[in-house]
Amino acid sequence: MKDLIIPPKGWTKDMGTPERTGKPVHLTIDGVAITVPAGTSVMRAAAEAGITIPKLCATDSLEPIGSCRLCMVEIDGHRGTPASCTTPVTEGMQVHTQTDQLARLRKGVMELYISDHPLDCLTCAANGDCELQDMAGAVGLREVRYQKGENHFEVRANGETNPRYIPKDSSNPYFSYDPAKCIVCMRCVRACEEVQGTFALTIEGRGFDARISTAAPDFLASGCVSCGACVQACPTATLVEKSVEEIGTPERSVVTTCAYCGVGCSFEAQMRGDQLVRMVPWKGGQANRGHSCVKGRFAYGYASHRDRILNPMIREATDQPWREVSWDEALAFTAGRLNAIRETYGRNALGVITSSRCTNEETFLVQKLARAVFGTNNTDTCARVCHSPTGYGLKQTFGTSAGTQNFDSVEKTDLALVIGANPTDGHPVFASRLRKRLRAGAKLIVIDPRRIDLLETPHLGDSWHLPLRPGTNVAVLTAMAHVIVTENLTDQTFIAERCDLDEWADYAEFVRNPDYAPEAVEGLTGVPAGLIREAARAYAAAPNAAIYYGLGVTEHSQGSTTVIAIANLAMMTGNIGREGVGVNPLRGQNNVQGSCDMGSFPHELPGYRHVSDDAARAIFERAWGVTLDPEPGLRIPNMLDAAVGGTFKALYIQGEDILQSDPDTRHVAAGLAAMDCVIVHDLFLNETANHAHVFLPGSSFLEKDGTFTNAERRINPVRRVMAPKARYADWEVTQLLANALGAGWSYTHPREIMAEIAATTPGFANVTYEMLDARGSVQWPCNDDAPEGSPIMHIDGFVRGKGRFIRTAYVPTEERTGPRFPLLLTTGRILSQYNVGAQTRRTENVVWHDQDVLEIHPHDAETRGVKEGDWVRLASRAGETSLRARITDRVSPGVVYTTFHHPDTQANVVTTDNSDWATNCPEYKVTAVQVALSNGPSAWQESYTAQANAARRIEAAE
Amino acid sequence: MTENKLVRMANQIATFFEIQPSDRAANVAAHINDNWSPPMRAGLLDHVAQGGDGLSPLVLEAAAMIRPARAS
Ligand code: SF4
Ligand code: SF4
Ligand code: SF4
Ligand code: FES
Repeated sequence: MKDLIIPPKGWTKDMGTPERTGKPVHLTIDGVAITVPAGTSVMRAAAEAGITIPKLCATDSLEPIGSCRLCMVEIDGHRGTPASCTTPVTEGMQVHTQTDQLARLRKGVMELYISDHPLDCLTCAANGDCELQDMAGAVGLREVRYQKGENHFEVRANGETNPRYIPKDSSNPYFSYDPAKCIVCMRCVRACEEVQGTFALTIEGRGFDARISTAAPDFLASGCVSCGACVQACPTATLVEKSVEEIGTPERSVVTTCAYCGVGCSFEAQMRGDQLVRMVPWKGGQANRGHSCVKGRFAYGYASHRDRILNPMIREATDQPWREVSWDEALAFTAGRLNAIRETYGRNALGVITSSRCTNEETFLVQKLARAVFGTNNTDTCARVCHSPTGYGLKQTFGTSAGTQNFDSVEKTDLALVIGANPTDGHPVFASRLRKRLRAGAKLIVIDPRRIDLLETPHLGDSWHLPLRPGTNVAVLTAMAHVIVTENLTDQTFIAERCDLDEWADYAEFVRNPDYAPEAVEGLTGVPAGLIREAARAYAAAPNAAIYYGLGVTEHSQGSTTVIAIANLAMMTGNIGREGVGVNPLRGQNNVQGSCDMGSFPHELPGYRHVSDDAARAIFERAWGVTLDPEPGLRIPNMLDAAVGGTFKALYIQGEDILQSDPDTRHVAAGLAAMDCVIVHDLFLNETANHAHVFLPGSSFLEKDGTFTNAERRINPVRRVMAPKARYADWEVTQLLANALGAGWSYTHPREIMAEIAATTPGFANVTYEMLDARGSVQWPCNDDAPEGSPIMHIDGFVRGKGRFIRTAYVPTEERTGPRFPLLLTTGRILSQYNVGAQTRRTENVVWHDQDVLEIHPHDAETRGVKEGDWVRLASRAGETSLRARITDRVSPGVVYTTFHHPDTQANVVTTDNSDWATNCPEYKVTAVQVALSNGPSAWQESYTAQANAARRIEAAE
Repeated sequence: MTENKLVRMANQIATFFEIQPSDRAANVAAHINDNWSPPMRAGLLDHVAQGGDGLSPLVLEAAAMIRPARAS
């Protein structure tokens, strides 16, 4: 177990005001000479010199406002005592931070603050962690001379109810707000605006009457999204985590990485003993820069939820109840079955599914188990169902299957094109960073069937919303390319230097075809031609334009084509290879990038090398001492098909719930039911486990060491802060299983697995745990060519050499609306829930989203007689389900929208088996459906629930 | 795996390469060789041998270049 790593200066200390990047300025503070960038505040310069100036309203995540006056200093040649937080340094400045005058003035300021503050420090949640306390100590406050007068903290004053007293607001499940302790420093208001971008808090009243307000009855009813930025900024216990109120202050902290989304935020897991007190975003985290969202910050309660299964369980058949057994018995049972299946049906009847929630090291081991121990390439990952088209499209055009930028790059963006992504819900911390840029004047183009929240964000620059019909991404993007090419808005220098010119000539001729003009496709896409033209011109004109895209791009029958179209746009406008530009896939789960990198796909060894590549296979054959199959294995949908066909019999699934997350639930269920040995390795009895024969308990991200790789290719360390509750970390379980099959593995720590990855995979060659400890994180490729890692890719040339333009023609999906299914269903996610919800549903996050609802346009609702909150039946050619309706014009007429966080809803009963042509990534984003009023849950939902309840029975211990 | 699905997947792949300027059939074959497991390729080739009902002409043209499964 490891304490906080040694960080660079300023990674943990509060420097008072934000960092600046001007020319060097020299000054002297208390006789100490120091050089800082122009624009730096005197306060920050002092902190750099190791001198701490007392302060209350300033903190380095926020712009200073100079309201508390505690930070005053004397400057030679200046009159008075300016606030050091708002005074920028000048050349040759001589600053004094401690004089008799300053000491007297500061005491006076503190005395005033304390006179309106309750003195119940000993029982306060922030005791020992309160900046007001610290400052009272720092300025030497020894007495408060004011008579008891008007104040904000006494319930009753002068025998009467105190009109200024506002009771504590505990409506938010994770933090409380106690106005009695507020010193009106406005840090929370500024954090909500500047860091989070939500503007949920304001100041009401002036002077002594000034109060913080949510402009709503309470926090829960307000616009607050519970990101925690205000709580972190608050210097007192006014805004404080309920867990701190309950447990007390932490005694140590370990830096680790959020296990939810692909942003990959760094957190300090603050501990007391082996109890997690709170997760605080770490400002040294280079993906999140000290910010967080409600999931990573607060929704970790699932890790200690009573539903967690802590003992291995087995059963002969899935209609029997589970039997808890020892690890030895479970492993012997499993190995017996697997060996028998291999004997009868051959090695290709076995397969694995790796998890994009588990660490790189765990994923690497699971695919190694398949390839080296089972002897098959039947390994796939649930990244199949989200970002496999990214892999294909970017590899074809750029030569490597990864996003081109780091998140910091957004700070240099002049125009963001967001397509098929809903960052405020799916990638909240990135969204906050993007919104900050929009407030500073960057332009925004959103291509999405639904009016996403990002469009509502306050911004200075222009914004366009292209509300296309689901499934027409390629038509819209190709039309944009048509405009850029025909109006000569291309970057000829970039193309000439960096791209293959024959392919460019061919492509340019191809898109010039008037069939691809915005006017020609208007009827198809539903987007007014003028809007496409404007957007295309704006994208081409922006000095730095960046494309951010999500599952709305990939989860289509033309997902790979869309990714290619995106790459084409970026290349023709020269938006590759520097800060502020690029092609950025926003990955869904935390380790989607990593699970792809680690060779989870059936046709690719770690590092995206095809299994038929003799040289690549030789590396692993030498390292593992086995012969590897040169033929690609089965993908998830193919495994299920083969299972139904009787040739695929055993599946080891680590950390995924394919029954809930994969399309066409009935087909998945049939496939699983046809297997003889389904091994589920997870925290909970998930939906897939209803069809499993073996359950191996998993470990949460708090219980193991390893690494996650986020959407910017950043390898972030995950550190164990407590012992595995079920005895073993996930990598140990995979090793036990491999050894039960005779593999003879002997890893003693994930660092040894990383060493094996580095030794076999060129992009990871220089990655070690020691490096991650010293640097915090690193972006691959990290090898002798790029020893510092690679924040931005394709700087001097594309990985594949010349960038490659590829023709992209719109092909309508086979999923077409007709009289029976006249509406198009598209799916997404919301902020407080995560993926299939297995974790977030087991936290207080359910207060924000307790069921999935169907968004439907008022027009479509009216013609069906549907009113707000009605139960409706949602049917497609694959199946039907029921849920409640929400009537909103965020969706266009003809389009309906839902999330898939709750198993009762079973939205994937409705989705079909259509998939991307290149990668079989399922087409979640377009399903033709009909909506009608209903009485309640469908027959399928009820029979499903009955089956699930039966399958979850655990035999009582004898 | 049902014939039906293989036909549909192969045709989808052909649709992408159909509009490319060159090597269409070769690219269809390469994509299938690289991504499909041997039993899936065998299934498709079987279907082609039986007349290739429902397959696009480009898939039929590519069939000659699709590697059969190695005997294992
Ligand atoms: S709630 Fe905290 S951060 Fe906000 S004004 Fe009051 S003391 Fe300052
Ligand atoms: S938790 Fe976040 S959104 Fe809510 S008020 Fe605080 S800063 Fe604003
Ligand atoms: S943005 Fe993503 S990585 Fe960051 S805290 Fe939220 S869920 Fe975790
Ligand atoms: S810290 Fe500078 S005025 Fe408050």
